[in-house]
Amino acid sequence: MSSTACFHCGLPVPAGSNHSVLIGGSARPMCCPGCEAVAGAIVAGGLDNFYRYRDSRSERPEEAPQRTDRWTAYDLAEVQQQYVRPAGEGSGNLELAGLLVGGISCAACVWLIEKHLGRIDGVEKVSVNASTQRAQIAFDPAVVQPSRLFAELSRIGYRPAPATAANSEGLIQREQRAALRRLGVAGLGTMQVMMFAVALYFGASSGIESALERYLRWVSLLVATPVVLYAARPFFTAAWRSLRGRSLSMDVPVSLAIGLAYAASLYATAFDTGEVYFESISMFTFFLLLGRTVEMRARHRAGLASGGLAQLLPLTATKIDGGETASVPVAALVPGDRVLLRPGDTIPADGEVLEGESGVDESLLSGESAMRPKNIGSRVFAGSVNGDSSLVVRVTAAGQSTRLSAIERLVERAQLEKPRQVALADRVAGWFVGLVLLAALGAFAAWWQVDPDRAFWIALSVLVVTCPCALSLATPAALAAATLRLQQTGLLVAGGRLLETLPRIGRLVFDKTGTLTRGEPRLLQILLLRDGWSEQRVKDTAAALESRSNHPLARAFRPWRGNLQATGLRVHTGRGLEGAIDGERYRLGRADFAAQFTAQAAPEIPAGAGQWLLLADAGGPVAWIAVGDGLRPSANEAVRQLQAQGLQVELLSGDQSGEVARLAGAAGIRHFRAGASPEDKLAHLQRLQRDGERVLMVGDGLNDVPVLSGADASVAMMSAADLAQSRADAILLNGDLTVLPRAIALARKSRRIVRQNLAWALGYNALALPLAVCGLVPPWAAAIGMSISSLVVVLNALRLSRHHSPPPPQAGEGSYISGH
Amino acid sequence: MDSLYFLIPIAILFIGTAVKLFFWAVNSGQYDDLETEGRRILFDEDAPGNTPAEEEGKDP
Repeated sequence: MSSTACFHCGLPVPAGSNHSVLIGGSARPMCCPGCEAVAGAIVAGGLDNFYRYRDSRSERPEEAPQRTDRWTAYDLAEVQQQYVRPAGEGSGNLELAGLLVGGISCAACVWLIEKHLGRIDGVEKVSVNASTQRAQIAFDPAVVQPSRLFAELSRIGYRPAPATAANSEGLIQREQRAALRRLGVAGLGTMQVMMFAVALYFGASSGIESALERYLRWVSLLVATPVVLYAARPFFTAAWRSLRGRSLSMDVPVSLAIGLAYAASLYATAFDTGEVYFESISMFTFFLLLGRTVEMRARHRAGLASGGLAQLLPLTATKIDGGETASVPVAALVPGDRVLLRPGDTIPADGEVLEGESGVDESLLSGESAMRPKNIGSRVFAGSVNGDSSLVVRVTAAGQSTRLSAIERLVERAQLEKPRQVALADRVAGWFVGLVLLAALGAFAAWWQVDPDRAFWIALSVLVVTCPCALSLATPAALAAATLRLQQTGLLVAGGRLLETLPRIGRLVFDKTGTLTRGEPRLLQILLLRDGWSEQRVKDTAAALESRSNHPLARAFRPWRGNLQATGLRVHTGRGLEGAIDGERYRLGRADFAAQFTAQAAPEIPAGAGQWLLLADAGGPVAWIAVGDGLRPSANEAVRQLQAQGLQVELLSGDQSGEVARLAGAAGIRHFRAGASPEDKLAHLQRLQRDGERVLMVGDGLNDVPVLSGADASVAMMSAADLAQSRADAILLNGDLTVLPRAIALARKSRRIVRQNLAWALGYNALALPLAVCGLVPPWAAAIGMSISSLVVVLNALRLSRHHSPPPPQAGEGSYISGH
Repeated sequence: MDSLYFLIPIAILFIGTAVKLFFWAVNSGQYDDLETEGRRILFDEDAPGNTPAEEEGKDP
């Protein structure tokens, strides 16, 4: 296929589409009017350098009906107080708006946003953080309204939303900064103490003035003290928590080792006796902190995208009060209120239709891809999207009592019932601590009989030699390396638990829409019924008819929009569209509706994939058009590889239609279930889990959230609802499903490496313990042995970061990979 | 060897300064976004047809 790629978003430009923008002196092809408008706005602002700087393609802009009042709700005082605050002392009456900006893909986006917003009058300062997708904008409320900021962001192709969860973000920022400070103290301290330790090692083997040795010990103590008291504090607090909860986590032996070794070294330094272990403590603290920081950053990055359920609802609703309409905050809606819903509006509360007739997209709630027809008396649910015409709705439930909130409660329940996995290292830690303490006590008791003077020092050396450095590093080091490697492959891991669970997975359950498929309708096939018509003319005509429609299927015709102009467009809810092009009237829609136009019987619907629409004019049917959601190109290969790895693959969809069976067949999946509600999905999952299966769930919609939360492991797509992302263990960044088998292969390797590391650590301790009990290990040798065993474990874990997955790229994906 | 008695305290002073500088850098948000800042310098303003005039009026 030699199709050109859209210069803005990189998706292929469909044949016959002629949108382009003059960038850098030459006309660049664009795939759709949305990309064309965004690129046009960027170039008009003189910011076309954006296209030189960026290193990843931009997101395809959502083409929403351009209503001028789309953002004005954000200017309401009640709404503003959720995301705007005074900029603080010394900045006059400036205010600071915190926005969540969707679609930031690389550093050039930051440049573009800062430049573009920076030239609006009244905007004083813009700072954008690419990794958290947050923008802080200082503006003068007397000159510019916040809605202008939203409008401008959307004009250059980003999806702005108010960052209302500002509190948890502040918490995350503080936590991250504290972790970095601790890491810095531990790192700098370790380097210094190591230097002194080398002098002490040489002194021990070839003689050293005792005054100098004392001096070196005191300065080591000075440098190691902040490392123990400041950098290692999280381990002590975690160990204390674990002890109070009457369990032995890995933090307990870690704190015990650090604490006892430090106390003994302090004693030895103060009374000029025994041995010091400052360098081992510092290095151990540094390595452990490093692993935890890597893991925490990945977790935060994944969690930041989420704004919770509230983000799915609009901030304002149009309330009808005795003939007058007014914008009111959604939070103020109460049952009994009458609300006007325009086409494209998100429904703010559960309710009952009083006036009007329209199709409503409930895919968020049920996973069903087709529009549900609603007329007087029908019930509508918060979170679904009104389709083609206006509705007046009487609110029956708002806020906590909506169906949407019920799903959230289902999520919480699912999380509580999720099978718990105790980390391998924590299970080992329990009996390891007990064993070491027993051995130390035993050694003390035995030596008390033989040589009371040495008893304390030998018991201490047992504790220090068996310091669980290697043991406690074994898992985190491997997990951190594997997490980073997976992120490079395209899977953002949000919890370390995922890597421990993945190798045990026996069954993988896919959602359909948006997961196995692209989640976007495409034109599949055209059957011409009349001579003199070309496929191109059919596409242009259909695109012109669909140009004002909010129906999801209309998006399939987007590329050809604007080639022809239609007038007098009318929407017949649930049936189709009618309009005139060059004086000729056309109908497009369901077969009976289109054929009715000419009073002919509807022709037989052809066999084949997708949903069939009929295009007809006064002279009779013109063409059949098949529209449907296509499989992701990587789906087949991913399913094949997963099955080759011995996994059961299953398709579970909320969609009723025969599409489910067809897609399952096309992807090579033998087991599938259609028409499953969120409750059904969860019940199915729990049935599987009761049968002893371990399930990996891959999904994207809100209706998948309960299953994602309840599954042993879960992956959400990058395009998923925010809530789905925040409840999943990992996020698939680029939509390439073959990352899944690669991730499973990597997780299996990572499990092997964790086991090797544990074996090594236990083996080392098994060797060192008897020697120490017998009083045969000189303390400096113990320190070196400890350091080397830790390093071996870390280096072994690093092998994971060079891991290349065994399955070679096949032809389809080859071009994608060589494109870099 | 006597030089060690004052060289090491100087070294420790240096570490103290380094830690202080590092704390300042972290607290002022320099490590919050590791992806963008390193690349910002590459986005120059001297490309043809793009004069930075609007920037000069901006900063006080």
